[in-house]
Formats: sequence, structure tokens, C-alpha cells
Amino acid sequence: MQVLYGRHHVRVFRFGLRLVRDEQVAEDLISEVFLDVWRQAGKFEGRSAVSTWLLAITRFKALSALRRRKDVELDDEAANAIEDASDDPEVAVQKKDTSEALRRCLSALSLEHREVVDLVYYHEKSVEEVAEIVGIPENTVKTRLFYARKKLAELLKAAGIERGWP
Amino acid sequence: MMAMSKKILEQEPSEIEMLLPWHAAGTLSARDARRVDEALARDPELAKQYAVIREEYAETIDLNESLGAPSVRAMQKLFAAIDAEPVRNPPASLRISARIAEFFANLSPRTLAWSASLAALALLLQAGVIGAVLVKNQAASYQTASLSTNEPATRDLAAATPPRALVRFAPDARVADITTLLESYQASIVDGGKGGMFRLQFGNKAMSKDEIAGLMRKLQNEKIVSLAVATP
Repeated sequence: MQVLYGRHHVRVFRFGLRLVRDEQVAEDLISEVFLDVWRQAGKFEGRSAVSTWLLAITRFKALSALRRRKDVELDDEAANAIEDASDDPEVAVQKKDTSEALRRCLSALSLEHREVVDLVYYHEKSVEEVAEIVGIPENTVKTRLFYARKKLAELLKAAGIERGWP
Repeated sequence: MMAMSKKILEQEPSEIEMLLPWHAAGTLSARDARRVDEALARDPELAKQYAVIREEYAETIDLNESLGAPSVRAMQKLFAAIDAEPVRNPPASLRISARIAEFFANLSPRTLAWSASLAALALLLQAGVIGAVLVKNQAASYQTASLSTNEPATRDLAAATPPRALVRFAPDARVADITTLLESYQASIVDGGKGGMFRLQFGNKAMSKDEIAGLMRKLQNEKIVSLAVATP
């Protein structure tokens, strides 16, 4: 368990943090995830990578944690995050920092867009693995990421940054 | 050619267009990666979109890396919770197989490749020995097993070597505990330290398969042993 924890806890934490956006909750989350792994080790069939299994559990736990919060609070948070990016284009333009703006817009994506972007780009999961983690068909994974990228482009455009696509 | 990248505001994206992010992350199959490479070479619009994707890819990694790591509190909470869990005794076979799987998972690909090569070499040597014995026996056309004065080669090999095992001790095992264990098993360390694994030799007499299996079971149940696998 120490080896498993040592190897995967940072990525599990970061994935959880990107979903719940609260460090305290994300830390509680990783304890819950690895405790579940400890309890269910016998159920792991080895058909997928351990990291895929861990990320699927993390996602499930994160969504449960989010459900425990008020839905209204969640909606407000998501809306505010998006407004933050679009209402403040001058700052991004002034800084001439596409990189900073891109990061802000990546954070402003909806949960379902954030998770698929992170799983593909940061956690380097294949189409099949993302489908397994998120529990959706492979074609949906592809289209979801496409529209996440499109949304990202819209947010950047609203922040005054044109990248030539779409 | 330009049809590859469709105007997304008007049409659905093409299959190749949707695969671009996985191409940037290097997680496509060889076949799909080749398809995407060919399309990128043909279609400048697609190549432009791919450049944007590579930028997104790099920033997503930077963003995630900037999130830091959890505090020690998370680990303490986890291991306190594990300590509070009721003791479970999974079947020994399951436990051993899980640990063997963990052991191999911990090996680097290069180590694994070397181990596989050594195993293959050992098989070849064994095949050579068996083959040589068969050829030798065939020369005496009417020799029967009861008349043969030659011991089977496999018995010779087994008889010559006391049992050995690869052992990994628990991280919290103290030197005094390990010394006591070595004494009680009349074992000595013949090689070790690599990747936390030690090769132990038990006594100075050969053992039967059953005796070795029993020894491994006993060893595996030791509190300070996290893995024990019999080796030649």
C-alpha cells in the first residue's frame, strides 16, 4: 500500500482537486480512495492499468463529495469561474500572457469538460481508458473533448485571445 | 485535402480531427498515429489546429503540476484508517500472487527484460542438459532404467543445491528481527539489496518440492516478510 500510495497519490490528489476545487476536500478524497483500494484490492482484475482504476474511484468519490454540497452553490461556482475568465479580458490582454489566460480558461471549464481534458492531456489516458473512467462510450469521449476544446476557445476569445482555431 | 478539418461551427468534426489531442499526448495506437500524421502532412488547417492543441496540452500539464501535492495529513489519515480496519486474512495463494504481481510491477522495464532474458537462458541450459542426458542414454540401446547407474540429471541438480528464495522484508523490519529470522531458519544472505530483495539460502541440504513449498508458506507468514519466492 505504501508503494502504491507513494507512486500514485500526487496524481490522484491533483485529479480530485481539479474536480472538487477544494484542497481540504481533495485531501480527504485521496484517503478515501486509497482506503477503498485497500478494502477492495481483491476485486482488481488487472484488466486495466492501476492508475485507471484509481482515477475511476477518485472520480466517483469526487462526484459524491460534490453532491454533498448544495447544487446551487455548485452552479454559482461554475458560473463565477467562467465569468471570471470572460469578464476580465483586459487583464489578460494587458499581460499579453496567453499562457496565463489559457490556464484560467482551463480552470473555468465545466466539470465534465475539465475531467476529460485532464485525463487525456495530463494523465495521458487513451480513448478506451477515459471511457472506462468516466463511464461513457468511446465516441462520446472523443466528441466531449472536442467540444471542451471548442468551449476553451470561446472562453479565450472572450478574454481577448485569438489562436486561429476554430 | 482540406476537407479533413471541417468547419466546426457548421459541421461535426471529422474522426481524425477528434483524435488530435490523443496524438499530442502520444496515446494513440500506431495505426491511428500514422493516419493522423498522414492527414497532418496533407492538411495545413489541421496542422494549425494541432499546433493549438499542443499549446493546450502543455498548459494543462503546467496547470496540473502547479497544484502541488497533498500534505502528510492525508497519508496519516489513510494509514490510521487502515490500522483501524479489522484484520483480514485473504487466502495465502491470493496474497502471494498479489505480492508477486506487485514485485513484477515494481521492476523497471529494463530489469524485467533482463530477468526475462536470464529466465530464457536458464530454460535453454536446462533443455541442453536434458537433451545431453537423453542422447547419452540413447547410445546404450538396450539399457533399462533399473540397470542404469546414472542418476537423473534433474535429481543431481536439485541435490546439489540447498533451497534459495528471493525475500523482501517489511519496511518496518528491524535489523535485530531480520537476524533472528535468519538464525531460526538457518538462512544466510547470498545476494541482495537490489530493489529491496535479498536472496537467501536455507541450510546446507537439498529439500523436496513439498518441503520448499512448506518453507515458503512459513516464511510468507512471518510478520517481517512481505514477499518470499523460491528460486533455483
